[in-house]
Amino acid sequence: MSFLSHFSYAVTIALMIAGLYVVIARGNLIKKLIGLSIFQTSVYLLYIAPGKLIGGTAPIVDGKHVIYSNPLPHVLILTAIVVGIATLALGLALVVRIREAYGTIEEDEILDADGAATADRPGA
Amino acid sequence: MISAHLPALQVVVPLLAAPLIVLARRGAAGWAIATAASFASLAIAIALFLQVRDTGMISYAIGSWPPPWGIEYRVDAVNSFVLVLVGALASVVAPYAWRSVAAEVPEDQHYLCYAMFCLVLAGLLGIAITGDAFNLFVFLEISSLASYVLIALGRDRRALLASYQYLVMGTIGATFYVIGVGLLYLMTGTLNLADLAARIGDVQGSRPVLAALAFITVGVCLKLALFPLHYWLPNAYAYSPSVVAAFLAGTATKVSIYVLLRFYFSVFGEAATFVALPMREIFLVLSLAAMFLASLAAVFQDNLKHMLAYSSVGQIGYITLGISLDNEAGLTGSMLHLFNHGITKSALFLLAGCFVFRLRSVQFADLAGVGRTMPLTTAGIVVGGLSLVGVPGMAGFVTKWYLVLGALDAGSWVIAFAPVVSSLIALWYVWRFVETAYFQEPSAAAAAAKEAPTVLLGPALLGAAACVYFGFDTSFTVGAASRAAEALLAGMR
Repeated sequence: MSFLSHFSYAVTIALMIAGLYVVIARGNLIKKLIGLSIFQTSVYLLYIAPGKLIGGTAPIVDGKHVIYSNPLPHVLILTAIVVGIATLALGLALVVRIREAYGTIEEDEILDADGAATADRPGA
Repeated sequence: MISAHLPALQVVVPLLAAPLIVLARRGAAGWAIATAASFASLAIAIALFLQVRDTGMISYAIGSWPPPWGIEYRVDAVNSFVLVLVGALASVVAPYAWRSVAAEVPEDQHYLCYAMFCLVLAGLLGIAITGDAFNLFVFLEISSLASYVLIALGRDRRALLASYQYLVMGTIGATFYVIGVGLLYLMTGTLNLADLAARIGDVQGSRPVLAALAFITVGVCLKLALFPLHYWLPNAYAYSPSVVAAFLAGTATKVSIYVLLRFYFSVFGEAATFVALPMREIFLVLSLAAMFLASLAAVFQDNLKHMLAYSSVGQIGYITLGISLDNEAGLTGSMLHLFNHGITKSALFLLAGCFVFRLRSVQFADLAGVGRTMPLTTAGIVVGGLSLVGVPGMAGFVTKWYLVLGALDAGSWVIAFAPVVSSLIALWYVWRFVETAYFQEPSAAAAAAKEAPTVLLGPALLGAAACVYFGFDTSFTVGAASRAAEALLAGMR
């Protein structure tokens, strides 16, 4: 009972941890961004799910509809989705540029390439 | 008539400047608009500052929707000071950008660079002025996304990776913040900061509120680069164009510190954060770690910009140290250092930009002996460096004085010594620069160099002069900072 009533939170936390884990554990820059996106998506759920009441109506102010769903979280999350899309788009654009500059999108190989470049230049 | 709408104009002017620049599609027009927007922001910020000083808090209802239902812009003693700092630094950096951007950014990207600069400015001013927790998140992301783009404009390919890393860390930080705000919203049903402060008392200490505090703390500390979360900062500052480094170093982390102060003192209240929870101890340990370890890391850098960036992480430790002291002198020290370090570090990055302009490098190996060919630039860095060290007569000294007073008020002799000892480390890394620039044989590049043009040197030296000025005339800074500290300690209610 308790678990079922908190089901949306359980999903939220699972997504949150999975997303953050991918960001930290993966060396591939695109996979990191996918993890970041999943992490952000979990927040959308955190906001939207509590806004819905079972049996609630649209927020209309009159005597008959006392129980209504809160529309504000949905509006907030529309904004957050836009922010998330912008972040993902910018991140992917950066990965394209990184691939052009380094020829790889694996973090280890990029760091190795920079390490080799700095070793060539004395005093760098 | 227009003066009633100054709080909205503060954000709207730079925000509208950005699309205007994109429409103009010309670097020169873009620069003119960005500079005009910066000057206008400073003028509005000063007008608001004076108005708040004389008549008290200003509340502005966006779209005439009364708070807490609509978004409220709320200007008080704390954020009017931050607005002046951001406006002033933008106004110094924008004229400098003309030649510096021309030298460091491909020509077809100039107008985009200025558009992004305006967006960062609008975002930072928005974070400072808004009284709505979710609106704050949106401005945080506006300024962050624009600054990722600006950092990626750096000539070095490592700028791309630095920007990517900042994007990942910054997004995690902002998302943590928004999780915290979501939990607060679930518990209180409001997003207005003042309304949150009034309602949070009923649910204070409940688990979701504690989780919200934890998420907001970690999220904001990522953005302000508190010691173990500073990983993104050094490369982002070192590889970005000089203008970008100078602007972000003085403003972005400082505005995030304001957010932390706002949530700790105005929303949660010091009883919840410092009395009920061991936040004082946590911040104390992390601040001391920053002041010693990050400053020590600055000593061993081979690149002037890297050194300045690590020094920034160390100096942020001073600001959070003042927060952890949680008394009036300590908080005055924090607010002062927010301002003083902002102008000092911006001036230093602007001067480093002069080296980039002439030498195309800020490696210490290339800077050897540069004091002979670029004496003004080098002297400016020494002045800024002395302000970092906190030599009497410099802006940095005033801060450290208040921090030591705060530590003594808090009854701790040991902590009072910490800023003094950490200053010695700062002296060490500033000395490394002095030794390189004045006492080594000139490198080939340094021997051929001459002073940067006046349009670059002027704003940069103005910043260095400000470090000295605010070390002697403290009436503006100390007055504003102590009013801010009083307002913070009084809470929002």
